[in-house]
Amino acid sequence: MYKYNEFDEAFLAERNAQFRAQVERRIDGSLTEDEFKPLRLMNGVYLQLHAYMLRVAIPYGTLNPNQMRTLALLAEKWDKGYGHFTTRQNIQYNWPKLRDLPDMLDALGEVGLHAIQTSGNTIRNTTADHFAGAAADELTDPRPYAELIRQWSTDHPEFQFLGRKFKIAITGSSADRAVIKAHDVGLQVVEQDGKVGFKVIVGGGLGRTPMIGQVLREFLPQADLLPYLESVLTVYNVLGRRDNKYKARIKITVSENGIDTYRAMTEEAFMAIRGQYDGTDQQLLEEIKTHFRAPEFRSAPTDAFDAAYANDPVFRAWADTNLHAHRAEGHAIATISIKAHGQTPGDATAEQMRVMADLAEQYAYGELRISHQQNVILPHVHKNDLPAIHATLKAHGLATANIGLISDIIACPGMDYCALATARSIPVAQEIATRFDELKMEHDIGHLQIKISGCINACGHHHVAHIGILGLDRAGVENYQITLGGDATETAAIGTRTGPGFAYDEIVPAVERIVEVYMAQRESAEETFLETYRRIGMEPFKAALYPEAQKKVA
Amino acid sequence: MARAFTPKVITANDLLEGDVIYFTADGSWTRNLSEAELITDEAEAQLRLIEAEKQNIKIVGAYLADAKAGPNGPEPTHFREEFRRTGPSNYFHGKQEAEANV
Repeated sequence: MYKYNEFDEAFLAERNAQFRAQVERRIDGSLTEDEFKPLRLMNGVYLQLHAYMLRVAIPYGTLNPNQMRTLALLAEKWDKGYGHFTTRQNIQYNWPKLRDLPDMLDALGEVGLHAIQTSGNTIRNTTADHFAGAAADELTDPRPYAELIRQWSTDHPEFQFLGRKFKIAITGSSADRAVIKAHDVGLQVVEQDGKVGFKVIVGGGLGRTPMIGQVLREFLPQADLLPYLESVLTVYNVLGRRDNKYKARIKITVSENGIDTYRAMTEEAFMAIRGQYDGTDQQLLEEIKTHFRAPEFRSAPTDAFDAAYANDPVFRAWADTNLHAHRAEGHAIATISIKAHGQTPGDATAEQMRVMADLAEQYAYGELRISHQQNVILPHVHKNDLPAIHATLKAHGLATANIGLISDIIACPGMDYCALATARSIPVAQEIATRFDELKMEHDIGHLQIKISGCINACGHHHVAHIGILGLDRAGVENYQITLGGDATETAAIGTRTGPGFAYDEIVPAVERIVEVYMAQRESAEETFLETYRRIGMEPFKAALYPEAQKKVA
Repeated sequence: MARAFTPKVITANDLLEGDVIYFTADGSWTRNLSEAELITDEAEAQLRLIEAEKQNIKIVGAYLADAKAGPNGPEPTHFREEFRRTGPSNYFHGKQEAEANV
């Protein structure tokens, strides 16, 4: 993975020193809050409901063991012993003190991590497929491109004051695990005539006006990546609205002006910008690529795995849900669920972080990933090591076998922490997971994604959930709207609202009724919830959710 | 007739700690909502807010929050302020934790 050079180290150290001085000037009164706020936001520091919050970027979701240990150190030394992994491959600390924040950033800097552009109207952390570099179905590892974008976009003077925040996601596989169609720009590495390039998607996004992105370029040659992205951003900077915050994202710019106009303007800007790139970026890219060379995958028998799989039902259940196909023979991608039933989705204690760091070091070629689904991944594991890994995970509450199942819920922090939230998300997730665990149904239900947002901004990706839940404030009371049929993959779709919302104590029973309809209607155990929904439509679910309304019609 | 004024408290976050604080009748800050000044007059509320904001060197984001009189002082009327005075519901952290440690 990428290692900082002297320039990177010096840049980050200077930036952190600047922030330390800014904090001092706020404390001694030289800076007002109005002056300080944009400065702290540029460094990932929010003020939330109960405390400050520090959002640390985990570029393209990749961590090495020492970085994970530093995340654990921050949790223990300056927070309450845990961290919260988010839907944008970041980690958030919910309880830091203002005076401690510069020390936290310095500690992160020592292992090549930072919080730059994790907030503000800038280009945010570029997210990537969490199986990048490991998945059997991948064309090529997208992370070198994500790193190139990180270096280009960090402190880019033209893009520090965009009309609104700007999020890029990238995948190297046609199976989309990075939700590229719900990003401002989504990139898919593709091949054409033996040459590597990108399919460029623009104008996707969730929030109050959810939209699926549209194709801006079917094939962009590799060498044109940065000049073309710069062109997309330049057009957005000029054309994007600044009169209304809610109309400022590029999805609105594209939809108001039309994809053809946006494409024409981008191509025109590209003609002018392309010549400014003299190939230095491509040299840099080649250098970056050397940091992402795949490990030397070892060749060994899988007898220990086969024996455990045959004889240990607990291991088998975990292997069936938490493993994915690896590109190297004898290897697997292992997802560590940090969503034990009843726990807060995405939270890991300092001890758990250290355990995962140690496992990565001992068994996983020193690599860890964080997924937008708020789990941790050991991307490269030899199958024969999996029984030992599973035993260690079990001892630390990390062996929940629920990846892709109903309790593998995405939930934003919601009203429990977030200053923007209109209702809670976390307890709803906890109760749904607990309920279906009690029913012992979740393996029978199969693949079902629930995603919960505590406000219309949709950090919990509820629009692209099979069952989406949106928490709102209705006349001073929490109320939850449900959407069905959303899809976060390459067949991306925005879910459809079932109807009126549900009170806090009605939401878990409502989800249960939806699942009952699915179980009764599915043609076989192989037909997933989404497939059943697409076949039978909304009506049977509505009938189960709103029996009173049905009676009135009859 | 003008609509009745909903009583208010002034609340903010502490600059250094970041935690929730409330403005008191004597112009200082408390961490307990029950010790806050309950303001029942609209014009007075605006004046008190200006007074509170004079202390912006050590507080952040003062605003007027709806409240009502209770047997032990002001109480929240909205669940957002209830969470602010208590803490999150997934862990025993924040004010609920601080109170338990008294």
